[in-house]
Amino acid sequence: MNPEAKKSLLAPLVDQNPITLQILGICSALAVTTSVKTALLMSVALTLVTAFSGASISAIRHHIPGSIRIIVQMTIIASLVIVVDQLLKAFAYDTSKQLSVFVGLIITNCIVMGRAEAYAMKNSVGMSFLDGVGNGLGYSLILVMVAVVRELFGAGSLMGYQILPLTTDGGWYQSNGMLLLPPSAFFIIGFIIWGFRAWKPEQNEEPDFKIHESHSHTASGSH
Amino acid sequence: MMGKIKEILALPNDSKQKTLFVAVALCLVCSILVSGAAVVLKPLQDANKAFDKKKNILQIAGLMEEGKSVDELFKQIEPRVIDMATGEYVEGIDPVTYDQRKAANDPKQNIVLTAEQDIAGIKRRAKYTSVYLVKNGDQVKSIILPIHGYGLWSTLYGFLALEPDARTVVGLGFYAHAETPGLGGEVDNPQWRGKWVGKQVYGPDNDVIIRVIKGAVGPDTPDAYAKVDGLSGATLTARGVENMLHYWLSEQGFSKYLSNIRSKGGQS
Repeated sequence: MNPEAKKSLLAPLVDQNPITLQILGICSALAVTTSVKTALLMSVALTLVTAFSGASISAIRHHIPGSIRIIVQMTIIASLVIVVDQLLKAFAYDTSKQLSVFVGLIITNCIVMGRAEAYAMKNSVGMSFLDGVGNGLGYSLILVMVAVVRELFGAGSLMGYQILPLTTDGGWYQSNGMLLLPPSAFFIIGFIIWGFRAWKPEQNEEPDFKIHESHSHTASGSH
Repeated sequence: MMGKIKEILALPNDSKQKTLFVAVALCLVCSILVSGAAVVLKPLQDANKAFDKKKNILQIAGLMEEGKSVDELFKQIEPRVIDMATGEYVEGIDPVTYDQRKAANDPKQNIVLTAEQDIAGIKRRAKYTSVYLVKNGDQVKSIILPIHGYGLWSTLYGFLALEPDARTVVGLGFYAHAETPGLGGEVDNPQWRGKWVGKQVYGPDNDVIIRVIKGAVGPDTPDAYAKVDGLSGATLTARGVENMLHYWLSEQGFSKYLSNIRSKGGQS
């Protein structure tokens, strides 16, 4: 694999992660991470949509009129999302019942639009496809991390299998109900961003404003 | 034709003609893709839905058995359609294909509820309703009633199964809802569902007495036979379940049908 392609695929995992660095797609990261299973399925769905929308937008990029380019992108993304939704309903019915609303919301997921506009409009089909897969995987990575914490400590289980026996079922673990509510994902994502930036300090942004040291004139006291 | 397309594609991207051409062509391609997927996958999806419903009915009636197919087990169950106004069975409607949810949205087949009647938050219901009878020969073993109502975030759809005395709960469960997993979503918890078994829904005067209380039902709780533990952290969902039962067991719901069953002594 040439270095350019490798970069498109791997950079979004940590260095250019859509959630922790680009801060995109937060809304669905809050909504579908109460259990690992739904998070995984959402990840697969989003990765497919980002990859194929990137490729198809890139394929017609030389013919997209600038004035309607966002609508063109949206139409392609929306069609792909509907197809994915239909596929889920046909082949993974039980999980699609839990996910259905959120799958529809992939249309408005900023990652898909963001990659279409920022990358697929300027790059070749193959590279746009890889970029889509990469960003989908970067999103998936964070989603699964958040979901593992939330499901394990919120419900005492992973993938639906009970790991920590709950007090309500006669075990010893008192579940943390807050982890099952959307705000907890904000905290967890915050901690993940903190961790990533401590590990890779180059991700820290330059502050918009610098706080100046005031020049203290202790001797004159003229102010 | 091809020449014409090439000519348009050669135009500058922002010309009016090309913009229109690209928009129309894209919409055409996308709509073929979307409708193609919908048409091709429809039979699979319908089969999934029907299977899911049957599975849920069997689960709530406690008839699920390992190693037996859902279709085979479902043979014990007889679907019927009843007229909610009289509580009598309706002949002439195929109970297998009757779609109650569709009927509830059809002005010819539904009734709109007043705010007072609508304690379950459902706005309208179908005049005719499906019921499912688990039978052993002529004798009814249990009666399964479809119920739905509003919880906290969503309408919960489920089934209530009663013994042939039309008072004692065999099971309660929901097959579609969007309550918070871990909180309101605990309506699916088998432990909580188990707490419903054996509870009485009607009092001696046939008034609906079943309640979902805050906290747990202990041996000292008065009228424990008609009370079920609440769900911690999900007071509104639990209240929704209670309201739903009160609605569907009232005069507006299945009360007439159930009293018909009682007077016939469990024959059908």
